[in-house]
Amino acid sequence: MTPAPPQPPTPSPPTAADTPTPQQREPVTTIFERSVPGRRAATLPPAGVPEPPLDELIPANLLRERPPALPEVSEPEIVRHYNRISRRNFDLDTGPYPLGSCTMKHNPRLNEKVAALPGHARLHPAQDPKRAQGALELMWRLERALAEICGLPHVSLQPSAGSHGELAGLLLTRAYHDDHGGERTRVLTPDTAHGTNPATVTMAGYEVVKVATNEHGGVDVDDLRSKADESVACLMLTNPNTLGVFDRNIAEITDIVRGVGGTLYYDGANLNAIMGHSRPGDMGFDIVHVNLHKSFSQPHGGGGPGAGPIAVSDRIEPYLPSPRIVRTDSGNGDRPRFDLDHDGPKSIGRLRGFQGNFGVFVRAYAYIRSLGADGLADASETAVLNANYLLARLRSGRAGRYLPLAFGRLCMHEFVLSGAPAKRDLGVRTLDIAKRLLDYGFHPPTIYFPLLVDEALMVEPTETETREGLDALAAAFDAILAEAEDDAEILLAAPYTTPVRRLDEARASRRPVVRQPQP
Amino acid sequence: MTRYTSGTDGDREAMLAAIGVSSVEELLAQIPEEMRLGRPLDLPAGLSETEAFDHLAELASRNSDADAEACFLGAGMYDHYVPAIVDAITQRSEFLTPYTPYQPEVSQGGLQAMFEFQTAISELCALPVANASLYEGPSSVASAAYLALGARRGRRRLVVSRALHPHSREALATYSRGFGAEITEVGLAGGVTDSSELTDALADDVAAVFVQNPNFLGAVEDLEALAAATHEAGALAIAAVDPVTLGVLRPPGDCGIDVAVGEGQPLGGRLDYGGPSFGFFCSTAEHLRRMPGRIAGETVDADGRRGFVLALQTREQHIRREKATHNICTAQALNALGGVVYLAWLGRRGIVELGELLVRRTAYARERLTAIDGVELLHDAPVAREFALRLEAPVPEVLDRVAEEGIAAGYWLGREYAEYQDGLLVAITERTGREEIERLADALGRAVDATRTNGHLPTHGVGESPSVSEVGG
Repeated sequence: MTPAPPQPPTPSPPTAADTPTPQQREPVTTIFERSVPGRRAATLPPAGVPEPPLDELIPANLLRERPPALPEVSEPEIVRHYNRISRRNFDLDTGPYPLGSCTMKHNPRLNEKVAALPGHARLHPAQDPKRAQGALELMWRLERALAEICGLPHVSLQPSAGSHGELAGLLLTRAYHDDHGGERTRVLTPDTAHGTNPATVTMAGYEVVKVATNEHGGVDVDDLRSKADESVACLMLTNPNTLGVFDRNIAEITDIVRGVGGTLYYDGANLNAIMGHSRPGDMGFDIVHVNLHKSFSQPHGGGGPGAGPIAVSDRIEPYLPSPRIVRTDSGNGDRPRFDLDHDGPKSIGRLRGFQGNFGVFVRAYAYIRSLGADGLADASETAVLNANYLLARLRSGRAGRYLPLAFGRLCMHEFVLSGAPAKRDLGVRTLDIAKRLLDYGFHPPTIYFPLLVDEALMVEPTETETREGLDALAAAFDAILAEAEDDAEILLAAPYTTPVRRLDEARASRRPVVRQPQP
Repeated sequence: MTRYTSGTDGDREAMLAAIGVSSVEELLAQIPEEMRLGRPLDLPAGLSETEAFDHLAELASRNSDADAEACFLGAGMYDHYVPAIVDAITQRSEFLTPYTPYQPEVSQGGLQAMFEFQTAISELCALPVANASLYEGPSSVASAAYLALGARRGRRRLVVSRALHPHSREALATYSRGFGAEITEVGLAGGVTDSSELTDALADDVAAVFVQNPNFLGAVEDLEALAAATHEAGALAIAAVDPVTLGVLRPPGDCGIDVAVGEGQPLGGRLDYGGPSFGFFCSTAEHLRRMPGRIAGETVDADGRRGFVLALQTREQHIRREKATHNICTAQALNALGGVVYLAWLGRRGIVELGELLVRRTAYARERLTAIDGVELLHDAPVAREFALRLEAPVPEVLDRVAEEGIAAGYWLGREYAEYQDGLLVAITERTGREEIERLADALGRAVDATRTNGHLPTHGVGESPSVSEVGG
């Protein structure tokens, strides 16, 4: 057995806010506050054409009276400003980011490089398909790869993120039922569901019905059966779910809903657990969304961009968003031709402009081709291994006592701990533990979700974290719980070393200041 | 092990021992046997980095991009120059690789950028509150409808100008089948929204009116008059606006518009074959608590230092669930950052100068192209950065011929409008100067001339223009 590389002892971070750090002392100014009249960064080319007064070209009543108060700053000032504020972010390239359900895996730089090629980045979206054959082929190939990974034959890349894919899924469901003469009003979601699921249900004009969770962390099948009737349009499910539990009753669950005529929607947020090992289509689902910014390595960008392609079964296919990509084989050995087809008579139509987040497709496709079939399966396997290893390491320390696993013994790619014992025995809440983790140089897990676990911490290390990184994270948890045993105050007032300390969020909502005051 | 993972055989052995299982297979046995795939995925084997690069580069080489052509294509996305600092800043790990700022103490950079972005959008549109971004333009239009239906409860009708981007109209129709809203379309007169038709369409069941400025045909609308008519009927006035024109065009807030949305790509965004870009969303103060998506707000920390957080989160899906103002979670934070960097680069004077340059070049190009025999104006309304022509020749064939000379001449309106089969929409940017305009004029003249004399007479004009039948005779 190879020993892990030796780790330098982690220096304990400060336990009080005695001396502000240099970053804390730095005054916070916005780009607007740096503005000095007369400064500028942009220089534009000369017009090169006659320059009549503008109101000879556009009537004066349609013209702006005063210019917008944008900043007046030089290029060096802009670069300095944004570099400086960027250092006030924690990021995945700097340290572990085990944010549950968000799959913060490494973002390969190759993907950035190929996305920036002019043939991709500088391609106009209204370019004639004849002159965008490479882009359409890439999209077609990505569709085929996602179809194989999901086990469902038809794909639309159009939705812009997971929540957009969910909306697409429920609009497809509505179109399907309209076409089959069914007036259905309700959508079932488990009480462990992501918040986007119930929000989408309302936007799509349906009513949410919650399904209970059983003692193993899966769907309570009896509760499901009691609620599954002819009024049910769809069941939305994540599997493995937000507890990191793979529902062993999945075949029965999908049978029940299919039996009453509902569609089955799979929230692909947790696809990173099962790539190459299990497929939503084979579980009985009709519609799956895939978060390309989770399982397929698109950088998260501080909250996007992402993309949420959907893969669907044969019965849903006629309703897919428009346009669709079609391939025509030449039959004479020439390259196949690709085109955009806008003529789906039963299509739900567009969800957005143009072809979707193509730049995200390029990165996801580069990732899939880089890893290949074996690499994707390996990624999921390693994600599951890493999660279980971290869980075991935590369990063998103080977390085993104060932060027990909410359900089960093993997990898939993520797990949920309950901070209830820590709150009861140490007087510290999950929030306090999370804030103290910041002092130790880690991004905390997702906290207070899923809602049915008291003081929840949802941990997803992903496959790209190293063994020694996981050891260090477990050691930090242990050190923090040791601090709490000694003096809970240390946690209650944490963090101490971050650019700012705990922020008054209530004030920001009570008296919202959402823009720079006007000069 | 792949090149993006680090576990050696030794690591794996040690980790399995710590877990107390003998193999990864034991862990995967959490998936019931009948749900296991049991075979490798039917996908090609992995590629080395150099092979993957070559494959992607080969695909890219089969696209005709805006570096390879003079690009007069617009229709919602435009070939504006992207200053070098946009990529330099958005590619920094600190902005590229974190997620949504759920932990504000270590997300001050992203939150401050959102706050600055909101300020810049608010300034551009002259409306007091803006969010931190939505996906893109057309879906932002549809999201504004969701706000309007909540703000005007009981009203279920949306009135839409036919000159609203076809993709926006279609997204609105798609979303509306979920919301349960009815849509009435208002036609055009002289290139702009027909105000008498609008007045006729306004009834007490109308929640909102949707217009675009400049509209899809490039025409500058009288937003103030449209907003006034809308308010008469108690509906919300919603405008999709092109942000790059707002240095010179009267901003929606000064025209009485309640909600302004739009496509952010013109603000330093890549063309990217249509995305990712960002959508923006701003409104009067009364709609702040109905707004979709993230909003950054200013606050203080425990020591009284200035800081930023996600404000008004009780609107959002992760807190409010089925009662949320929208279902959006991941939006377009990185693209919005690029947008605010671009606006800082352009600055208070640059946004005006760029707008003026676009208006003057557009006026010149419009005059130059309509001087061509067989090319005439589709409408004579004032334009800012894009204009519509009618060709006395089959437009797709003309576009193919001009493309052979390395010019993307514009957007064929017949793709979206049955009534404009002979219509061509031409967009101007600071990258298409006089030289490119002359090249386009020459190439277009030749192409129209060649295809007209081929006998492909257009259907438009027959019956209303005797000269056409004379040519045919």
